[in-house]
Amino acid sequence: MEPERNNKEAAEEYAPGERLPPPEGEATLIDTDYVIGQDNLTASPLGINLDIHGKVFAISALVTVFFLFVTLAFQTQVEPLFNAIRDWLTGNLAWFFILAGNVFVLLCLGLIFSPLGRVRIGGSEADPDFSYTGWFAMLFAAGMGIGLMFYGVAEPITHFDAALAGTTAENGVRTDWSPLGGAAGDPQAAARLGMAATIFHWGLHPWAIYAVVALALALFSFNKGLPLTVRSIFYPVLGERVWGWPGHVIDMLAVFATLFGLATSLGLGASQASAGLAHLFGIPEGDVTMVLLIIGITLVATASIMLGVDKGVKRLSQVNMVLAALLMLFVIIVGPTLLILSGFFQNLWAYVAHVPALSNPFFREDANFSQGWTAFYWAWWISWSPFVGMFIARISRGRTVREFLVSVLLVPSLVSVLWMTAFGQTAINQFVADGFEGVKIAALELKLFVMLGQLPLAELTSLIGIVLVVVFFITSSDSGSLVIDTITAGGKVDAPKPQRVFWALIEGAIAIALLLGGGLVALQAMTVSTGLPFTLVLLVGCYAIIKGLLSEPRG
Amino acid sequence: MYHRIMVPIDLAHVDALEPALQVAGDIARLYGAKIWYVSVTANTPGPVARTPADYEKKLTAFAMQQGVEHGQQFESRVLISHDPVADLEDLLVQSIAEIGADLVVMQTHLPRKLDALLPAHGGKVATRAPVSVLLVRS
Repeated sequence: MEPERNNKEAAEEYAPGERLPPPEGEATLIDTDYVIGQDNLTASPLGINLDIHGKVFAISALVTVFFLFVTLAFQTQVEPLFNAIRDWLTGNLAWFFILAGNVFVLLCLGLIFSPLGRVRIGGSEADPDFSYTGWFAMLFAAGMGIGLMFYGVAEPITHFDAALAGTTAENGVRTDWSPLGGAAGDPQAAARLGMAATIFHWGLHPWAIYAVVALALALFSFNKGLPLTVRSIFYPVLGERVWGWPGHVIDMLAVFATLFGLATSLGLGASQASAGLAHLFGIPEGDVTMVLLIIGITLVATASIMLGVDKGVKRLSQVNMVLAALLMLFVIIVGPTLLILSGFFQNLWAYVAHVPALSNPFFREDANFSQGWTAFYWAWWISWSPFVGMFIARISRGRTVREFLVSVLLVPSLVSVLWMTAFGQTAINQFVADGFEGVKIAALELKLFVMLGQLPLAELTSLIGIVLVVVFFITSSDSGSLVIDTITAGGKVDAPKPQRVFWALIEGAIAIALLLGGGLVALQAMTVSTGLPFTLVLLVGCYAIIKGLLSEPRG
Repeated sequence: MYHRIMVPIDLAHVDALEPALQVAGDIARLYGAKIWYVSVTANTPGPVARTPADYEKKLTAFAMQQGVEHGQQFESRVLISHDPVADLEDLLVQSIAEIGADLVVMQTHLPRKLDALLPAHGGKVATRAPVSVLLVRS
């Protein structure tokens, strides 16, 4: 076979020195000499084609192996260290995370109403790549599905419980975990506060975090013609330097956060699914069950990415959306229907009423809640944002900025409110109206199943619950592998298939190693710590979005 | 015998396509057929082109150059995909019907062990195409 020419020559030959035609319709491309993939290595060892960004791939892989080794070998030493880092960050920098979260929400809401909202991603004439249903299904499945399954019951009841118990103080420092001032002895107020706090954590703020990354990436990739990789967001700030080491570091950090974020979630998710299986069917809980679950999840995710975005990821996400919607409808119809429906509006109102206080970054009295819950959540969402944001960016071409933000910010937030109301309100009602304490005292990972246990057809719905948990993991794992593959291929989405398979398998392997060797929780703490550098990335993203949008034609 | 010949093109690997281009050109001359150069590309910026429109322009330029070289009639067509690696064969097979092609001339590599797991694009198109497919090995 003849040696392949490099891409730069190929590109030069067919359009020597000409102005780049814009994407569909008008858009303002960035003029750069960088050719996507120019720093890539291509090789075919053992007949497997590879096309990778040498530095980003090699160093991310080495750093990953290093952290894995350190975590497994020096578990007892690193666990306190990683936890201390996380606690220090969420403790001392809680104000920074909370403040940044507010900036993201305000920017997104502002853009919806500004004339910049008319800009279309992919050029003024671009057609949307996906229908609304396919798009929504993938938004949820990649970014939040698993959390909604898990915390839908657990979080409202936990906040309710803490708020009902009221505040306690020791030497003038609050030791309770209730949000704001709590609601001692008032179940109605405690329920409202608990729901507002939960919605705060699952509503506008997390989706704004995802939306900022997604919008910045989509804009700089589809309208500006830069590679679909995190470093492109920095172009307005760093200029051509993003193609050098500053850009490499940003991309590596994104790979690292995505890989460990997914692997630790996969490990924790497997332990939760196995707890559910034990609770339901008495299947012995243990390493064997969990390893089998991870292997199963990884294999299905691998098949899904082999089939690609349309035939794999999208279909799986849609199946899951239908199942999740059915489960929610079931809870609404069989549970306290009127309470849930009226609760939807009451909780929405409670959220609006409490959100100024909940999102206040300074002088918080509820230190445990604002640091242990809110700041931890923000750091966690932010560490997931490169992955979820990049996946959302990839599937959002052809939407206007306004349409994008309404669909990525407002609609998902409302769905979160409905979901949390259906599951949380039902659980709270079981305690308040029926005096059932099961959900309150159950372990975190069992609360959903205990709540469903009080409704008819418990075995069936619990089984659907477990299936949903598992499939949501698959849909996070497959979209995550696609994202890591694209970043490590220098922004090419058409790198050879074995690479994406490699990343999916690596994720499963890391999850199994951590599960058996210990250190899942420690590494999760480490992953949350990447939330700090990424908060800076997101703030730059806000600037880049405004700067980028200002130069675009407003359809 | 043949009226419309479809030739899948990857502008990033044009040199490797030379044998297929030669064969397609010869057959087209023999039967007075028209050649359709078809490319599947990502909607995201890539090495060859930073926008789909840019890719289209480059493929047209490539087709014109081929037309001059081989002296046959030609058309070009770009298919845009969110996930070209996964959707390549589907789009090519679909394109055969859309163009009304009666022959596909496609470059491919020698068989290798891994084909059982990851079959070559050419082979997969051949198993599914409703028309004759000539796989040209390098």
